Amino acid sequence: MKDPKTRTIKVDALARVEGEGAMLVRVRNGTVSEVQLNIYEPPRFFEAFLRGRSFREAPDITSRICGICPIAYQMSACRAMEDALGVTVDGQLRALRRLIYCGEWIESHALHIYMLHAPDFLGYAGVVEMARDHREIVERALQLKKIGNDIIDVVGGRAVHPINLRIGGFYRVPSRAELRSLADRLEWARDAAHETVRWTAGFDFPDFESDYEFVAMRHPDEYPITDGRIVSDKGLDIAVRDFNTEFEELQVPHSTALHARVRGRGSYFCGPLARYNLNFDRLSPLARQAARDAGLGPTCRNPFQSIVVRSVELLYACEEALRLIYQYEVPDQPAVALEPRAAVGHGCTEAPRGILYHRYEVDADGTIVSAQIVPPTAQNQATVEDDLRRFVAARLDLPTEELTWRCEQAIRNYDPCISCATHFLDLRIEREDGP
Amino acid sequence: MARRRRPKLAVWKFSSCDGCQLSLLDCEDELLAVAGEVEIAYFLEATRATAAGPFDLSLVEGSITTPHDAHRIHHVRKVSKRLITIGACATAGGIQALRNFHNVEQFISVVYARPDYIETLRTSTPIAEHVPVDFELRGCPVNKHQLLEVISALLNGRSPNTPPHSVCMECKLRGAACVMVARGVPCLGPVTQAGCGAICPAYGRGCYGCFGPKETPNTRSLAGWWQRLDVDERDLVRAFRGFNAYAEPFKRESEAHEGP
Repeated sequence: MKDPKTRTIKVDALARVEGEGAMLVRVRNGTVSEVQLNIYEPPRFFEAFLRGRSFREAPDITSRICGICPIAYQMSACRAMEDALGVTVDGQLRALRRLIYCGEWIESHALHIYMLHAPDFLGYAGVVEMARDHREIVERALQLKKIGNDIIDVVGGRAVHPINLRIGGFYRVPSRAELRSLADRLEWARDAAHETVRWTAGFDFPDFESDYEFVAMRHPDEYPITDGRIVSDKGLDIAVRDFNTEFEELQVPHSTALHARVRGRGSYFCGPLARYNLNFDRLSPLARQAARDAGLGPTCRNPFQSIVVRSVELLYACEEALRLIYQYEVPDQPAVALEPRAAVGHGCTEAPRGILYHRYEVDADGTIVSAQIVPPTAQNQATVEDDLRRFVAARLDLPTEELTWRCEQAIRNYDPCISCATHFLDLRIEREDGP
Repeated sequence: MARRRRPKLAVWKFSSCDGCQLSLLDCEDELLAVAGEVEIAYFLEATRATAAGPFDLSLVEGSITTPHDAHRIHHVRKVSKRLITIGACATAGGIQALRNFHNVEQFISVVYARPDYIETLRTSTPIAEHVPVDFELRGCPVNKHQLLEVISALLNGRSPNTPPHSVCMECKLRGAACVMVARGVPCLGPVTQAGCGAICPAYGRGCYGCFGPKETPNTRSLAGWWQRLDVDERDLVRAFRGFNAYAEPFKRESEAHEGP
């Protein structure tokens, strides 16, 4: 028999995330007794079926984990394999990688800022509904997204699961003219991104901060994208190869994505907010100024403002792509030569949603012996749950429907990519008392 | 005169990477026009507003890998007048169909410390193995122009124009040199369905078959040509066992090169 004081409120499946999951919040005697971000991803077993495949196949296979950020998977796989083989990719080949990765940041950030997250701040169910009142803004969004995709298309061959990246470099490198053809629209995009920062800065943000541990990469002189050390604002500063000695992955019953923790400390926060807080000094002067004008300091602890930070990164990525295009010289070779050897390699890059770690063990003929992949959304799961617990506790007086939408918004602060996961984000708030 | 009712479009996701449904949002120049012609009634990646069925057209992404999904796809079929599968997962089981060639219990224990929490089927199967499908659009990912063509065709009651010939035809059409003949690069183009625009050969690499087998592919002959390029049995298995591993012609060919 159901307890008459227990109320189960079932609402819309959570939309505007990549992939599907579920959330459960239980309220008992005026306090939040349980929070679960359920990821019902039908497991796809990438780490298992990579065993026995050739090391050369890792970038193309792992890109299929996520159609939103395939470059991130391809690049982390390349970096890990190159680490295993003792190969360095630098000069213009490295610059081309940074360029295509900027394309992915632009595409993914424009998608999330305008189409997935902004509707929450403006009270629309989605971007199509928003376009009825704000057609010009949505058209700006689509053109921003398109220029990101066009960079990936020119350098990578196609926007989703590009075909031109390989361990050691590329199959074919673009001509200067091909890259220059993107420049005019990127100049427009840089201004449109600047406008995006101003636009998002005007949204209303709930007063919500926490003592997170932010984790991101850090590079000696660049805003981090393809390489660097892994650092945190609580003193972590490690080489990528030490990932497993500092972080651990735990399995919980309600998720098919593993939860990650800093050993001995607990949950942490990766993604644009973490990158920004740990690398503000590495942003371009224009991006720093845009952030200040938007009212952000060099540190931002309110995850609801991640939409502004994501816009600052969008601006930076447009500027950086332009710089790389103007400085581009065609490299002599599209890729460096590779010889397989028995080794272990580690790679970590900054996916749009945060650090993405790959580790591979390969044998002497290049066959993969074991693989480990730690995507950003898995790393943020525990932090999302912490946020929901505190967020709901302070807003129990809200009507359930509104509270539910605000919870969805809080989840979308992290731009969760559950495709690496999946299924219904079947959002439920169970109350055993209260309104 | 009353305005014609806009057809209702739904987008459903099963086991997949989201890339094929993203291709719809990637139609940056056409998206608002599409949204004017059809009512986007169920598309969770884009909107939290959902309308009740039935739907005039359902796009289905992803393969069936869990008992729950094997049940859910019947509901989707029931509320859909026309059902199109989009992408290699939905049409062939996708890369996750590599489990079909292995023992799935072993796979689970490789990834998860507590296998008992994980509910999954032994196989990853295409949608057409579970319910009748009106049209299958190939690709890992689908080509967004083909996606628009299929939506437009089915809503206007005509057959989609998606050629079933091989990637070789597209190479000729774009004037790309044959990577296999000219440079001895192994290529799956001769047995792979067109649709991508022959991008891999145009970028100097061999096709890796992401659009799946063409109509009546002669995989045995192509495998022979690969062997003449010194490709060994193990790499032949790997080549045919990719994003369309469970499509019958590729499955048969990969099994033919597997050791005892």
